[in-house]
Amino acid sequence: MAAVVILQDKCVGCGLCAKACPFDAIDLDKGARKASINEKCTACGSCFESCKKFGAIVHGARRKAKADLSEYRGVWVYVEQRAGVVQPVAVELLGEGRRLADALGVELSGVLLGEGIEPLAREAIELGADRVFLCESPALAGYTTDGHTKALDALVRAHKPEILLFGATHIGRDLAPRLAARVDTGLTADCTKLEIDPADRKLLQTRPAFGGNVMATIVTPNNRPQMATVRPGVMKKAEAKPGRAGEIVRFDAAVGAGDLRTRVLEVVRSARPCCAIEEAEIIVSGGRGLGKPEGFELLQRLADKLGATVGSSRACVDAGWIGHERQVGQTGKTVKPRLYIACGISGAIQHLAGMSSSDLIVAINKNPDAPIFSVADYAIVGDLYEVVPALIQALDRKESLAELIASRAAA
Amino acid sequence: MKIIVCVKQVPDTNEVRIDPVKGTLVREGVPSILNPDDKHALEAALRFKDADPAARIVVLSMGPPQAEEALRECLAMGADEAILLSDRAFAGADTWATSNTLAAALRKIGDYDLVFAGRQAIDGDTAQVGPQLAERLGIPQVTYVQRIERRDGKLTVERQLEDGHEVIEVGLPCLLTAIKELNEPRYMSVGGIYDAFGEKTVAVWGLKDLGVSPDQVGLEASLTQVQRSFTPEPKGQAVRLSGTAAEMAEALVGSLAHRHVI
Repeated sequence: MAAVVILQDKCVGCGLCAKACPFDAIDLDKGARKASINEKCTACGSCFESCKKFGAIVHGARRKAKADLSEYRGVWVYVEQRAGVVQPVAVELLGEGRRLADALGVELSGVLLGEGIEPLAREAIELGADRVFLCESPALAGYTTDGHTKALDALVRAHKPEILLFGATHIGRDLAPRLAARVDTGLTADCTKLEIDPADRKLLQTRPAFGGNVMATIVTPNNRPQMATVRPGVMKKAEAKPGRAGEIVRFDAAVGAGDLRTRVLEVVRSARPCCAIEEAEIIVSGGRGLGKPEGFELLQRLADKLGATVGSSRACVDAGWIGHERQVGQTGKTVKPRLYIACGISGAIQHLAGMSSSDLIVAINKNPDAPIFSVADYAIVGDLYEVVPALIQALDRKESLAELIASRAAA
Repeated sequence: MKIIVCVKQVPDTNEVRIDPVKGTLVREGVPSILNPDDKHALEAALRFKDADPAARIVVLSMGPPQAEEALRECLAMGADEAILLSDRAFAGADTWATSNTLAAALRKIGDYDLVFAGRQAIDGDTAQVGPQLAERLGIPQVTYVQRIERRDGKLTVERQLEDGHEVIEVGLPCLLTAIKELNEPRYMSVGGIYDAFGEKTVAVWGLKDLGVSPDQVGLEASLTQVQRSFTPEPKGQAVRLSGTAAEMAEALVGSLAHRHVI
């Protein structure tokens, strides 16, 4: 059975589906006025929407659930910690997990794996967890794929959550797929939006696909838990409520040194501390339009004025003008700052995928037709080498004005 | 030493544009390429072969018949053998079903010492097939590999983290996923291209060759389902500032301050 089926009796051969297909996987027989799926189909689903009017495109046969899905209850969040510090993405996931748990009317649990991390369990509860499963063992002290997979597998089998969320970090994206394969369930990567289908309690997982050109909503209909990794910086952070009550459940997953087939010899932090661009409230970002690596010095001056972090498009990273850790976009970081100032960035779809959900976007570009303007709130068509220095001056004037007012008030 | 490299042919998503009027994908003229991360995986395998000419490199891909082009490119870069898993039954596979199919092929190939994959493919960007394949094969994995050294029959590899890296020791066989920091892929050589279209062939294996039942591959085995796809909604019109650079800067700072953004 093919993944996507065109019902020949309903198809009128209008060709809308062939236009919607990103993979050139729909052939149109103009004589017979019928469309058909060819072998290039990846079951991406882009064609379904295009055939709303005729309803001729449907999913192929699906297999049925094997297990009793109602046994699985509750929303879990893998509370990623590194060296005893709860990672920012885990705080975002606790916020999002709380929202999903409330929508389902179930409890939110955090999962903490490590050694000597009990204080973090309290932290997770204050951030919204009703319960924290705490697995402590020397073999779980640092992250290893084998150790954390074994512990989570044991926990999932014992306590059966319906939803299990991970941050799409280098750890989450290593662990979640391995675990999903072990517990035989579906996993959706890099989600940017999660919702509960009120009709059947399914988790609707929306993610960018095809280089950010298409958004796809993905479900795991017949297996539990429904697993997803979530892009850092997308969900709203949970706010800590000091003294919030919750339960800490210690769990012995029996993970020993013998389970670990990899050995971490050393963890090296970059000499240059990561700018943590995902954390920045304001980002001043530069693109090919800078024309030269020195352009980033100018952007840094503007960033200093605003208390901002400097970001970059892929072009400048590939050109070696700035480090990869600054890259915003599909293959870089997803950011959601209060203010994003794009300087000399044309706005390739890959870049937009990483920054278009910023609260406020200012675009400065010479080309009035640059795609970046389609996501911008404020558009400045002009030479960034004139506009950015003017901005710095305008900010200086605003500062001195503020100082003047303050000094007058003091006097 | 036998090294398997898993690769994928993908549409070059960098070449995809959105039609500004219709808001649909413009897919005309989008070329199919060998997935970039996979090229780094193959290069890493080729470097093992550079050091040990007795090493044998098998490239493996699952895809439609035209994915053969990507495998020919791998042969031209220096791989010894190429296998394409192609069957209508494999279509519509999610990462679970894909890793299941690849695992069946790897078991049929047998006796591998090292399995490489790219971190992720640019059309799906999931980074799931590598770890899921390792799990199916029951071998350890290291993802985001940026450096590899062979020492006393074991590997010492660097795994990239967001804020640095970790140095990991792992035994063989294992699966490594490559990122672009790992190496600079070589170009196809003229002799390589000649061989790739001459004495070297691309074997095509279907469902029957793998000896797995149809419900273990493709859509039948997929645990996830695309419910809906849509193009992201465009934002409303931007406020277009006008005047001299100084006037526009002044207006912007005023607006941002007014909205309490700065």
